[in-house]
Amino acid sequence: MPELISTIVAKYNYWIYITLMMIGLYAMIAKNNLVKKIVGMSIFQTAIILFYVSIGAKRGATIPILEHGHGSSHITHAVDYINPLPHVLMLTAIVVAVATLGVALALAVKVYNQYNTLEEDEILTQMREK
Amino acid sequence: MKIIGLIIAVLTGALLIYGTVDFPEWADPASPASTHLSPHFIEKTMEETSVPNIVTAVLADYRGYDTMFETTVIFAAGVVCFFLLRILKKEGPRQRLYRHALTGMTIRIRDGEKRPSVLDEFERIDTMWTPYDVIIKTVCRLLIPFIQLFALYVIAHGHHSPGGGFQGGVILGASIILLAISQDLRTAIKRMSEKVDAILSPAGVFIYAGTGALCLLLGGNFLDYSALASILHVDPVTARSHGILIVEIGVGVAVMATLIWIYNNVSSAGKYDEGL
Amino acid sequence: MIWQLDLAILTLVVIAGIGAITVKDLLGAAILFGAYSFMMCLLWSIMGAVDVSFTEASVGAGASTVFFVAAVFRTTRRTKD
Repeated sequence: MPELISTIVAKYNYWIYITLMMIGLYAMIAKNNLVKKIVGMSIFQTAIILFYVSIGAKRGATIPILEHGHGSSHITHAVDYINPLPHVLMLTAIVVAVATLGVALALAVKVYNQYNTLEEDEILTQMREK
Repeated sequence: MKIIGLIIAVLTGALLIYGTVDFPEWADPASPASTHLSPHFIEKTMEETSVPNIVTAVLADYRGYDTMFETTVIFAAGVVCFFLLRILKKEGPRQRLYRHALTGMTIRIRDGEKRPSVLDEFERIDTMWTPYDVIIKTVCRLLIPFIQLFALYVIAHGHHSPGGGFQGGVILGASIILLAISQDLRTAIKRMSEKVDAILSPAGVFIYAGTGALCLLLGGNFLDYSALASILHVDPVTARSHGILIVEIGVGVAVMATLIWIYNNVSSAGKYDEGL
Repeated sequence: MIWQLDLAILTLVVIAGIGAITVKDLLGAAILFGAYSFMMCLLWSIMGAVDVSFTEASVGAGASTVFFVAAVFRTTRRTKD
């Protein structure tokens, strides 16, 4: 029993991230509305970014901005600072995510102008009738 | 479809949770991700680039290629939105609404009809016009200069505090979007026209890539800013810090112009006439 | 890193995520997605990723919510699911 509790304490964060990813995946597969699908895609994206950032977390460390700035001979130890590498990768990913979100929404607006609906099944029916 | 989706999501989730068995403990200082490359960045950043914010240094210097092509992706997204949505020719009979500011009288003019000469006293309004709230209008007008000043601070101070080109660019773009929401789209386009967006967006990418090419011409590697030392008249370590600042300005310009461009296209559905 | 705060915000994130995909109004979904993004930003600042959380606060909670509202305004608020 203590082993189980220590496993849960060590891993529950990962499990919640996976739950969030699956919420996004479910919305992308099962939802009928195009904007809902885009919301699901964004949730999935953010959950992946959250997982990635959490890899860099370190117990007992501080934010990755060096404390002793210019003109000091203080030696920096890597254990005192959070791993900055995942932050860098994900920072650019967030901004690219908003740009691709703009493209997805532009496509949705274009589809609405053409078919006058955002529901996937109605669009498919209209396409078959043509 | 709902049941299939639920089954797929649950199965994938169960597989992924099974995969976490092999993971290191959450926030473990001895995990593989924290022991290989990042100690070098943490310990050597200060003496190699003299930038206290490690994230900024890694973003623009050590991983400069990555950020350069991310900026290119953002520019490409702006161009894609433009080509998807923009409608250049005016089509069909359309009408415009004009409102007299003092009396509140509204007149409607169809396209192609002769404009009455008294129209100078009228202002153009949207078709789904609602009365402006004077509080929102005034507060936004007062707030926007301070938002832009803060954005410039974020770009320039990214070396020492959280921030940098991406965040500052987004805040600069958001200030113009706030103008478009609180007044109307035409006011914002008057301040920052489509042509300016279309020029600034590639100009940011050009500043970034041009800095890299300049380093190449001065005898260093591509994006190796220490080669800039000879024209900036500083030592190579400070030159890397200045190079990071130049690159961040490029990123900020590109992100700002692209966000405004995407917003204008999506909110007016390509007509650039009536916004949100 | 305070685990009580972490757990509370993780719960709110999951609730906001489920809410954003179940609510039967697209404008409501857009606003709930903004709330989700802001909770995510809090989560990152708890983890110590200050740069990422700054970006998410300006991009996710600001710009992408505005994009969603603009797109919903240009199309329709109605949805079947």
